[in-house]
Amino acid sequence: MKKLFALFLALFVSATVVAEEAPDVLVQRVTEEVLDIVRKDKDIQNGHTQKVMELVDKKVLPNFNFTRMTALALGKEWRKASPQQQQQLTAEFRTLLVRTYSNALTSYKNQKIIYKPFKMAPADVDVLVRTEVQQPGSKPVQLDYSLEKVDGSWKVYDVVVAGISLVTNYRDQFNQEVRNGGIDGLIAAIAAKNKSLESAAKAEKK
Amino acid sequence: MTRPFRSLFSGIARRALPLVGACLLTTAAQANDNPHDPYEGFNRAMFTVHEGLDKVIVKPVAQVYDAAVPLPAKAGVGNFFDNILDVRNALNSLLQGKPGDAASDVGRLLVNSTIGIFGLFDVASELGLERHEEDFGQTMAVWGYRDSAYLFWPLIGPRTVRDTGGWLVDINTDPTRGTTRKSVAVRNSLLAVRLVDVRASLLPADKVVEEAALDKYAYVRDAYLQRRRNQIYDGRPPRLDD
Repeated sequence: MKKLFALFLALFVSATVVAEEAPDVLVQRVTEEVLDIVRKDKDIQNGHTQKVMELVDKKVLPNFNFTRMTALALGKEWRKASPQQQQQLTAEFRTLLVRTYSNALTSYKNQKIIYKPFKMAPADVDVLVRTEVQQPGSKPVQLDYSLEKVDGSWKVYDVVVAGISLVTNYRDQFNQEVRNGGIDGLIAAIAAKNKSLESAAKAEKK
Repeated sequence: MTRPFRSLFSGIARRALPLVGACLLTTAAQANDNPHDPYEGFNRAMFTVHEGLDKVIVKPVAQVYDAAVPLPAKAGVGNFFDNILDVRNALNSLLQGKPGDAASDVGRLLVNSTIGIFGLFDVASELGLERHEEDFGQTMAVWGYRDSAYLFWPLIGPRTVRDTGGWLVDINTDPTRGTTRKSVAVRNSLLAVRLVDVRASLLPADKVVEEAALDKYAYVRDAYLQRRRNQIYDGRPPRLDD
């Protein structure tokens, strides 16, 4: 009985330790881990998309809240979608974002990430972590992450590059598709885009 | 700048600039549901022209430039134009009531034009003098001319009615204008190099936009409008409601 209790305690303690990783620490840890792998991996530097996507899948995606991202991208229309439509939409949008922005990682060369000073109140559940990408010969680019606390752990729900939210930048395009063909029309449109990207990637390999 | 003058100016700008825009665009105006893009029909047509020109001329030239010119030289070209733009940045920092930023911009200009050899090296940034991207379009926004209809121009790219006016003011107050007025050839070569340099710096973004967008026109428009909003608020825009 004592042993069981100790095990529970250990599980509880380790769970809180994980949960207590501050959002800025989380962003910095994941960024450095990913860039470290990219720096060492020649395949990724040569544009091996499959390998990049595996890396992103393993290291980056667990820290993202794609449901929140999709809801944010769609705006008011999100509440009109059925739970099943919301699920499909999230899956397709996730595929689109992962594919397009994983490719950006393959062009990673000599960039340096600066982490801006970060402050938050202990009660905050929604924060902005600011970073800057510096690259030789180019102007620095502002790169910010919005995170929210879900069930005790921080998840990214928006990425803002040079002031442009990669999520809300879809709002008008999504609403246009919804006006034309309803939520199902939007799901079909993103699915079609994903398919064409996938076949283009395959054709590139051959 | 006194408040009455400020409001007078923004009043004039708010009335006159859209009028100019409207005169240009009466034939192209189209009923549309995006409140920021009342001239969508015209803009989409211009976007198609722009994309055509880009594909045939601008992008291939930029690609050759990007591949042929070594990185230090490219950085030098970029820095040279950026250094000239610090005059504009200083002027507009001042007009927006940020004398501290304006002083720092003048400092940058002095350092880079001398130690940085005519702006070829951005020594000021190394010294910690941060660059402030300020233009007259942003200044008008700070003075109260916030919302403005989107406009797309071939070669020039995305603007709004306000930012088109601001851009015209910017190029007419450019300090190189005095020297280049005497020589059309010098002016045109400078303009061409600038265009190619800017286009080359955008090459890596091409693929991302191409792949990410469901509708490239709308993607570029909304990215431009978000970016401008961010610039107007100097990187800390207030949150929009969901």
